[in-house]
Amino acid sequence: MIDLTTQYLGLELTSPVVASASPLTGQPETARALEESGAAAVVMPSLFEEEILHEELEMHRSIEAGSEQYAEATGYFPNLDDLPGVSDRYLTRLEALKAQLSVPVIASLNASHPGGWASYARLLEDAGADALELNLYRVAADPARTAHDIEQDDLEIVGSVRSAVQIPLAVKLSPYYSSMACFAQQVVDAGADGLVMFNRFYQPDIDLETLDVVHRVELSRPWELRLPLRWMAILRPQLGPTVSLAATSGVHSGYDVVKALMVGADVAMLTSAVLQHGAGHLRTVHDELRRWMEAHEYTSVDQLRGSATQATSGDPSSFERANYVAALHSWSTPAHLLVGHHRTSRHPGDL
Amino acid sequence: MTAVEPSLSESTEARRTRWACIDGNEAAARVAYPLSEVIALYPITPASPMGEHCDDWAGAGQPNRWGVVPDVVEMQSEAGAAGALHGALQQGALATTFTASQGLLLMIPNMFKIAGELTPAVIHVAARTIATHALSIFGDHSDVMHARATGWAMLAAGSVQEAHDLALVSHAATLRSRVPFLHFFDGFRTSHEIDKIALLEDDDLAALVREEDIVAFRSRGLSPDAPVVRGTAQNPDVFFQAREAANRFHDATPAVVQDVMDELGDRTGRRYSLVDYHGAPDADRVIVLMGSAVGAARETVDLLLRRGDRVGVLQVRLFQPFPTEALVAALPPTVRSIAVLDRTKEPGAVGEPLYLSVLAALTEAMEGDAPPFARTPVVLGGRYGLSSKEVTPAMLKPVFDELAADRPKRHFTVGIYDDVTHLSLPIDEEVRHPRPTGEVQAVFIGLGADGTVGANKSSVKIIGESTDLHAQGYFVYDSKKSGSVTVSHLRFGPEPIRSTYLIDEADFVACHQFGLLEKMKVVDLARPGATLLLNSPYGPDEVWDHLPREVQQGIVDKGLDLWVVDAFAVATEAGMGNRINTVMQPCFFQLSGVLPPDEAIAKIKGSVEKAYGRRGRSVVERNFAAIDASLAALHRVDVPGEVTSEHTLVRELPADAPDFVSQVTAVLLAGDGDKLPVSALPVDGTFPTGTAAYEKRAIATHIPIWDPEVCIDCAKCAIVCPHATIRMKVFSEEVAQEAPDWFLTKPFRSKDLPGHHLTIQVAPDDCTGCGVCVDVCPAKSKSATGRKAINMEPALDHRDVERPRWEHFQSIEPLDRSLLPHGTVKGSQVLEPLFEFSGACAGCGETPYLKLVTQLFGDRMIVANATGCSSIYGANLPTTPWTTNAEGRGPAWANSLFEDNAEFGLGMRLGVDAQRSVAEVLLVRLAPHLDGELVRALLENPQEDEAQVVEQRRLVHALHERLRDVPAEAQDDAKRLAATSRNLVRQGVWLVGGDGWAYDIGFGGLDHVLSSGRNVNVLVLDTEVYSNTGGQASKATPRGAVAKFASAGKPTGKKDLGVIARAYGNVYVAQISMGANELQATKALLEADAWPGPSLVIAYSTCIAHGIDMSLSMSHQKDAVKSGYWPLYRFQPTDDDGQPFSLDSHAPSIPVRDFVASETRFAILRRTDPERAQQLGHLLQADVDERWRYYEQLAAMHRSVPALDEGDDEDEPAVTADEGGEEA
Repeated sequence: MIDLTTQYLGLELTSPVVASASPLTGQPETARALEESGAAAVVMPSLFEEEILHEELEMHRSIEAGSEQYAEATGYFPNLDDLPGVSDRYLTRLEALKAQLSVPVIASLNASHPGGWASYARLLEDAGADALELNLYRVAADPARTAHDIEQDDLEIVGSVRSAVQIPLAVKLSPYYSSMACFAQQVVDAGADGLVMFNRFYQPDIDLETLDVVHRVELSRPWELRLPLRWMAILRPQLGPTVSLAATSGVHSGYDVVKALMVGADVAMLTSAVLQHGAGHLRTVHDELRRWMEAHEYTSVDQLRGSATQATSGDPSSFERANYVAALHSWSTPAHLLVGHHRTSRHPGDL
Repeated sequence: MTAVEPSLSESTEARRTRWACIDGNEAAARVAYPLSEVIALYPITPASPMGEHCDDWAGAGQPNRWGVVPDVVEMQSEAGAAGALHGALQQGALATTFTASQGLLLMIPNMFKIAGELTPAVIHVAARTIATHALSIFGDHSDVMHARATGWAMLAAGSVQEAHDLALVSHAATLRSRVPFLHFFDGFRTSHEIDKIALLEDDDLAALVREEDIVAFRSRGLSPDAPVVRGTAQNPDVFFQAREAANRFHDATPAVVQDVMDELGDRTGRRYSLVDYHGAPDADRVIVLMGSAVGAARETVDLLLRRGDRVGVLQVRLFQPFPTEALVAALPPTVRSIAVLDRTKEPGAVGEPLYLSVLAALTEAMEGDAPPFARTPVVLGGRYGLSSKEVTPAMLKPVFDELAADRPKRHFTVGIYDDVTHLSLPIDEEVRHPRPTGEVQAVFIGLGADGTVGANKSSVKIIGESTDLHAQGYFVYDSKKSGSVTVSHLRFGPEPIRSTYLIDEADFVACHQFGLLEKMKVVDLARPGATLLLNSPYGPDEVWDHLPREVQQGIVDKGLDLWVVDAFAVATEAGMGNRINTVMQPCFFQLSGVLPPDEAIAKIKGSVEKAYGRRGRSVVERNFAAIDASLAALHRVDVPGEVTSEHTLVRELPADAPDFVSQVTAVLLAGDGDKLPVSALPVDGTFPTGTAAYEKRAIATHIPIWDPEVCIDCAKCAIVCPHATIRMKVFSEEVAQEAPDWFLTKPFRSKDLPGHHLTIQVAPDDCTGCGVCVDVCPAKSKSATGRKAINMEPALDHRDVERPRWEHFQSIEPLDRSLLPHGTVKGSQVLEPLFEFSGACAGCGETPYLKLVTQLFGDRMIVANATGCSSIYGANLPTTPWTTNAEGRGPAWANSLFEDNAEFGLGMRLGVDAQRSVAEVLLVRLAPHLDGELVRALLENPQEDEAQVVEQRRLVHALHERLRDVPAEAQDDAKRLAATSRNLVRQGVWLVGGDGWAYDIGFGGLDHVLSSGRNVNVLVLDTEVYSNTGGQASKATPRGAVAKFASAGKPTGKKDLGVIARAYGNVYVAQISMGANELQATKALLEADAWPGPSLVIAYSTCIAHGIDMSLSMSHQKDAVKSGYWPLYRFQPTDDDGQPFSLDSHAPSIPVRDFVASETRFAILRRTDPERAQQLGHLLQADVDERWRYYEQLAAMHRSVPALDEGDDEDEPAVTADEGGEEA
């Protein structure tokens, strides 16, 4: 019997497979299906600073538009006493999820500026979140602000949220910090119980027909796991065993989970694969994980975790090298780039 | 005779008074709501807010006095509301409604019934002018005076406090007397004036509205347990006696009312009488009146009493049943002459109603057993204040002068200058009521969009509710819906405020928009030494040089204390955009000193929190940031002692402006309409068209600038422009050559017109800056993909260039209408619009359709326009957008009412056709004297296309020439023919209105007119909501949308108006959307015009009430069609075995939720009730799916309509509309 249990942010989980933020984790019915398929925890979709601001300000603007302008129509909408906002809806959803699920529910907060995040974090805690994932989201396009300025803002956000809540706090990072190893430690020092690696941003694209810039989010591809794998392998020994690490971006199969665990992750988070294949895909992931562990005679996640970090790997420099030579040697056209292939099937030999 | 007046200090018991600053509508609604079980509603200005308050409270689950949430039901018309009221009352339910003006008239038939059946009920009326020669939304008593025969008691409140108190008196007295009560107060002056009033408590309501009366009322309700019949038909034998049988109930009513008033006085200390006298106990001259003008009349009396005059004013509160005894008793026995002032006009009557009543009362009293006066007083009758015309001490003092005259005018008018029938009394400008000690008066001039009025309402509440001061706020709005100016008049003081007129000598004047200094007489409103605060982009050191000369002069002459704040900069920094209210408001408090600055700031923040807290922290925080930064940006200006500016306010009208424009319109535009004498105005309400072109408002901050390099000649910008301010002209090579260098042109890409040139030109001073043209422009710059062929640019940077370009553009002759086919976007947009520069909202979705119709048919169209947005932006003075072409032809336009527009339009058709028949008969009769060929041509010209219409005009002209030569014996017929011959030219009758008219109040008439088979074209501008009155739900409102009276989201689906019309088989029906498919819209309008029977075109019209960014108006329309929410179709009746239904839009390609997600009207529900939003969203999608399925089947259906009109021999080409709207 293989022991899949693991600990993440101090939470006891039945397996290292966690359903990350997606529309599926936001609704009680679909979240329930994820749990039934083996998700050991669910991360809710983020409560976005941008969304809160956008909705509040836009709604305010449109309700006010035209008011007090003309004698016959001093307003165009009924005077509603209660106009719950994004955060109210989020809390309602969180409460509904908690009522439906027995696995931990991790609320997610997406902040880009220091501000009133502590109050939102407290509301999430009060509504029953088992842990909080703080998503630091930023496109650093201001030429007047240095990397240091930006990092200080981020650390301030982490600190303010940390001091506001008792529940465990994970911080989801982008991969674009200049000195990841240093910043990761600072985030931990600011109060994070764990790190989630990495954020994927909406990326602008250009529609060649309309000549418009469009924003779309693409599902992750398995190769995207490489980036978290490298950084976990580096950071796990540096941060020590008490800091939780979650791998996200590119985790599609049980084999990807194995890799994440090997480089030191406590959990691996899946979104794109679940969106592509449905909640039942988590069963496949678990089957693949178990099969691999059986085949390779591992008996527990504990045993597997951290077995291929920079500290434990046979060639520690391989995670720091840019690895050009090796990479070129192993190149072959990925299946998803071939015509007619929309997904890749992977097996352990691909790495 | 007593000198009783309501007093705020005579409280007989130690009760703690709760004060509130509310307006008259809310004051009345706060009583009506808790005392009602059924509230039947229909929106009408200025009464709508009463119903809206009730709907808001019911939506929030607020119970009435008996713990039940009243059933608030919106009906299809006031007639419907009165019917529902009547029915509810029959069951013994406590019921009420609110109305005004024409709405009250529609209730009158039921009012007769309700009173005839002695049924307790209350209607609260914000009294408003009845439409006669013109509509007016403002206040007078012409509406309520037409209800006086109904048998309802009529109680008149003269202030906001009275509207609150007398509302309760009405609800209590009706139950005690069984006589229904019409409680009224003056529209706007009281209904919209915010005052500090003492609130009635629940136990006041409970004490006065007695349970035993309610039980008795309920016991008379219809019940199968004790069945009765009510509403029999009676015959000559008994009807009369039965009518007299109720007399004692009416006779007893005055005493009942006084009893209730006394009980109210005992409880609250506010004592009222049926009539209240104020003035000298030994007065010899007395004014009698009712309503809000009592405030000004009391001030006048006080002023004259101080001068030693023996005068008084008698306020009538109960008008019906007329309190004869109380009135006679209240007058001083010394009175020698009385002026009775009526706020209404009854042309041809001996006098107006109050005058006649007082006269009769006095005559009866003098002829009775104990004549009250030694000599019968002389009674004069005066009219005043029609349509909220100001009434001030300066106007009322001359009334007392007239009463003292040896031979006074028996009938006179007050407040105007009548140089025709010389009825008016002079206005004594020297007379002013001395301002009560400590009273502060402030005036604020702003734009509707900048939050000025909202901030001032908040200031009134802050001062009135948190200090001992009394406070009053009154707000004057523009007649335009875009770029509208608002003027707020605020008074604060230790004494109750009675002044019921505008401020003209303010202690504090604020101009919230620097540009308004050029247009408004800002400085005129300030008293000498007053404070003037400007929102100025220029700092304290440079602002002086930017002030117009007249403003500088006023500041110097009056010694004004000048301050500036750059509120836009502060607001922008705080993320508030153009909402500068929270910057200006702290500055007002700082400068006026009404409250200590810190306390003021804290209270402003408190009011922001209260108003916006539920909209989210970010809204509140941005407001706070603006408040915090405001005072640091406030600077005093060292005013130079002399005037230095060279630029002046005057904007000259063009030299060729017609006389009417230069003599009348110009005065209105200057804001001096009050000064126009009677002789200046048309006697019958007939005005010239085309005057909007003279009103250069220059309200846009950004205007579209054309880039010919990028332009692809599609004309989309021109066709969608709501204000006809982006125009397209196509002209010859020679014209292009002659144009100045700075005039932009490009080669016109058209195989029909080779060698021509094109210009797209903005009218820079008429554009509202809505941006719709830029949104629809499909041409993108190759070198900068964000740039298009037109781009919004700062107006100030381009005006000097674009003004001469526009002038030159106008001088270019329009293209010959026959050179391009009209059924294309380009082809329609080279045609001259005959609807331009309306005051509609920026980005209005309605006006592009009207403009297009005038381009296609404007020179031969007659418009019947239902009351609503389109009648307001279409014909609200000072100017009118309907205009003429170079030949002087253009749409002829008339508005009758809201409810009858279809019938009105049909009547126009009948009128045209009748005269054409006369002309045809005369033509035949006179044929021997005329050219036979000419007669034949006139009678046989089918006039199916424009060329034939033009030919017919030529023939009629030739006929006129011939008629002169007709021999003497036939000259009578010749004159008759000359008078009717214009009807030989084909004329299109267009019935225009909104969904409130077509789906609700006018539906019965519309249905009938569609069934008539007559050739009328109905254009429904469907905004899916009552837009003009502020967003109340109509039957066109879609499922799930939040609107007033549907605050929980409309649970039922939108009525498919087209299906009802199509059912007749011989009605042309089209559903169009300019933003989705301009070509299909154009084709449909052409087909509707061509169809010889009735046509119905339902046009999707985006509206500010949808809660959208109006610059994206057309994109929303596109999404509405893409989602299947608004399918496009044309139903062309045919007598062949054809497929009349053409589905012109593609199958839905996006879910409805994607469309509705972007509109606040739907988004609100997702916030307030996500579960219901989801349910209704699913149902809305199901509505759409089902309709699409049904329409697809219709499109395949074969149908023929036997016995179509004879005229139906046209062979209309099939139109294949392309959703993109691009023509080949």
